[in-house]
Amino acid sequence: MFMTKVLIVGATSAIAHETAKLMAKDGAELFLVGRTADKLQAVQDDLKARGAKRVESLVLDINDFSRHQELVDKALQSLGGLDTVLIAHGTLPDQRAIEQDVAATILEFNNNCTSAISLLTILANYFEKQKRGVIGVISSVAGDRGRQSNYVYGAAKGGLNVFLQGLRNRLAASRVAVVTIKPGFVDTPMTAHLKKGPLFASAEKVGGDVYKAMKKGQNVLYTPWFWQGIMLIIKSVPEAIFKKLKL
Amino acid sequence: MRRPESWGRYPSIKPENIKAVHWRNDLTDLQQIDKTVLPYGLGRSYGDSCRNEDGILLDTSNLNRFIYFDEHTGLIRCEAGVSLAEILEVVVPRGWFVPVTPGTKYVTVGGAIANDVHGKNHHRNGTFGCHVTCFELLRSDGQRLFCSPEQNRDFFRATIGGLGLTGVILWAEFHLKPIQNSFIDVEEIRFSNLDEFFEITAQSDQDFEYTVSWVDCLAKGKNLGRGVFMRGNNNPSKYLTSAASNMMLPISVPLDAPEFLLNNLTMKAFNTTFYYAHYKKVRYKTVPYDPYFYPLDFLDRWNKLYGKRGFLQYQFVVPFDNNNYAIREVLSRIANSGGGSFLAVLKAFGKVESPGMLSFPRPGVTLALDFAYHGEKTLKMLEEFDQIVFESGGAIYPAKDARMSAASFERSFPKWQEFQQYIDPKFSSSFWRRVTDPLKGAD
Repeated sequence: MFMTKVLIVGATSAIAHETAKLMAKDGAELFLVGRTADKLQAVQDDLKARGAKRVESLVLDINDFSRHQELVDKALQSLGGLDTVLIAHGTLPDQRAIEQDVAATILEFNNNCTSAISLLTILANYFEKQKRGVIGVISSVAGDRGRQSNYVYGAAKGGLNVFLQGLRNRLAASRVAVVTIKPGFVDTPMTAHLKKGPLFASAEKVGGDVYKAMKKGQNVLYTPWFWQGIMLIIKSVPEAIFKKLKL
Repeated sequence: MRRPESWGRYPSIKPENIKAVHWRNDLTDLQQIDKTVLPYGLGRSYGDSCRNEDGILLDTSNLNRFIYFDEHTGLIRCEAGVSLAEILEVVVPRGWFVPVTPGTKYVTVGGAIANDVHGKNHHRNGTFGCHVTCFELLRSDGQRLFCSPEQNRDFFRATIGGLGLTGVILWAEFHLKPIQNSFIDVEEIRFSNLDEFFEITAQSDQDFEYTVSWVDCLAKGKNLGRGVFMRGNNNPSKYLTSAASNMMLPISVPLDAPEFLLNNLTMKAFNTTFYYAHYKKVRYKTVPYDPYFYPLDFLDRWNKLYGKRGFLQYQFVVPFDNNNYAIREVLSRIANSGGGSFLAVLKAFGKVESPGMLSFPRPGVTLALDFAYHGEKTLKMLEEFDQIVFESGGAIYPAKDARMSAASFERSFPKWQEFQQYIDPKFSSSFWRRVTDPLKGAD
C-alpha cells in the first residue's frame, strides 16, 4: 500500500509516533490530530525534521463528536486527499475505580470505542468511494476476552474489534484494507504506572510492526507476535473454568 | 522500569527509583521530591557519575524528539534524550555527520554535553561542547534557562561537562559537519614503540581529521607501547552513497559471561593477534563509518563480557613532555603486572578549548584502559597510576571513573569550587558525593 497522505488521530501516543516516524522517513505528508497543543507541536516538529514532506495538525478533543466531520474535512483539505488513516487514541482506566462510577465507565467507552466508530463512519464512506487506501486502528489484546481486572477497557476494544471486522468485510470490495492492531503490553506513558515484566515491548518495536502490517494491508496484527499464541490459549479456556480464574 | 546501571557495572549500587520524563513540560514538581535527583540517559558512563544512590534518576531517554534540522546549514536542535545513533540515522542520508562522537553512538545528546565527550577528531575540532550553540536548562525551582555563549553564559559553561548536576538539559542545538558520503578513508600504520607513536602523531595531526591508536599493553621492553595507529578522513567522493547505517543488527550479549572469559591468556591472544594481523606496515582501506567509529557497537551490551564483577575504565590525560614519562610508566607497570587491559586506546588531544568549566580534555596525550574488577588489587594499582598521572600534571576522566579519591579529583579539576556554585541544590550523584564530600570537611 502507498502511505503518502496520512491522517493520524491520537498522534502524540507513543505507538502512533513511532509508526509516524517510519512514514516520515518515507517522505509522507501527515495530518496529526491530538488533544494537547504543546505535545502535538513536539511531535509535529519531530516528524518534520525526520523527513516528512509536510506535517499539519489540529488540536481537538476526540470526544467532541460534533467536530469529527470538520476533522476529516480539514485533513482532506490540507493534504489534498487521504490514502492512509491511523487511529491511535485511547486511555487505560483504573478498572476498580470506574466500577463505582457510571459516568467514568461511559467516558472510557467514548475514549476507546465510540469516538473511533464515529470517525470511521465518516472516513469509511470517503475510502469506499475512493476505492483504495488503508485504515489502521489500534485496539488491544484486551478486547479478545473479558477479564475482571480490565473488562471495561476490554469491552470497548472488543466492540471496536467487531466493528472493524464488519468494516473490513464491507470495504473489501472497494480494495480498502482495514487493519485491526492488537498490541499487548507496551512501555508507553499510558502504562507508566504498571510494573514492567518480560512481556512488555517497546513502542518502537510495536510501531515498526504497525507500519509493516499497514503497508501489507494485513487484517489483524498481534504485536509483538507472541500475543497471538497467548490470546489463543486465553480464548480457548472454557467459561466455566475461566470465570473462576483471577485474571 | 529499566534497572539503572552504569556501563562498567562497578560500583554495585542498589537501584534508584526512576522517574520517567516523557515530555519537556513533565517536570513541574522537582521541588516536591524529597530526595536528590540526577538525569539518566542511556547509562554509558562507566562508573558512578550517572548513578545517584538513595536518590532519584530522571530517565530522559524518552525525551527523544527532534525540534528542527536545517539541511542547508547543518544546524540541528533536538531534545536531550535523542541518541547520536538516532541523529546519524536522520542526518547521514542528507549529507551531515555529528561534529564529535565518542566510541559508541548509544549516548544521548544530554549525556554528550554533560560529559563534554571527545572523539577521534579532538585534535582538530575539540569536544562536543565546542559545537553546541545553545540549550535549555530546567532548574528544580522551575526556572527554564536559555543558555548560550551570550545568555546565561556561566550556566552554559558549567553545564558543558557539568555531569548533569546543574539541572536537566531539555533540548540542545548544535552544528553538524558536512560529509560527501558515509565512508571513511582509513590508514592503519603499525608502530613498534611509543616513540614511533609520537612521530606518527606529529605527522598526522595536520592532514588527518581522525586519529586514534590501539596499544598492545602486554608488550614489554623494547616493544613497550607498540600498536596500530588508525588515521582517517571522510571520503571526499560525491559518487559514493550516504547510507544511514551499514550495521547489521547488533548481536546482543544475553547473559553475564563467566568471569574467566576475559583472562590474561585470552587478552594476550587478542592483543598479539591484533598486532600481527597488521603484518604490513601500512594498510589502506575505505570503510563505512560504523566499523570505524563504533567497532564495539556491533556487540550490544559487550560490558557483560566482563561478567558480574564488572570492570573499571581508567582514562587520563597528561601534557606532552619530552619523554612521556607517565604513558611509559603506566604501560610498563601494566605489562609487568601481567594483568593487562583488554583494550588500550591512545590519542593526542589538541588545543581547541572547550567552553566547559569541568571539561576533561586538555592538550596532551590521553590513554584509556579497562580492567576487570579484581577487588583491592585493582583499586590499589589505579591509585598508583593516579600518582604517576599527577606527577606529570595530568587529569582523570570522571565519565569513566568509579574510584578516584577526592584528592585526585581536586588535582584533576582545580576549578571545581567555581563550578560548584552552579550546581542545582536538588541535584547530586554518587560520583559527586564521593569526590567532593571529603573536600568539604566537616559537613
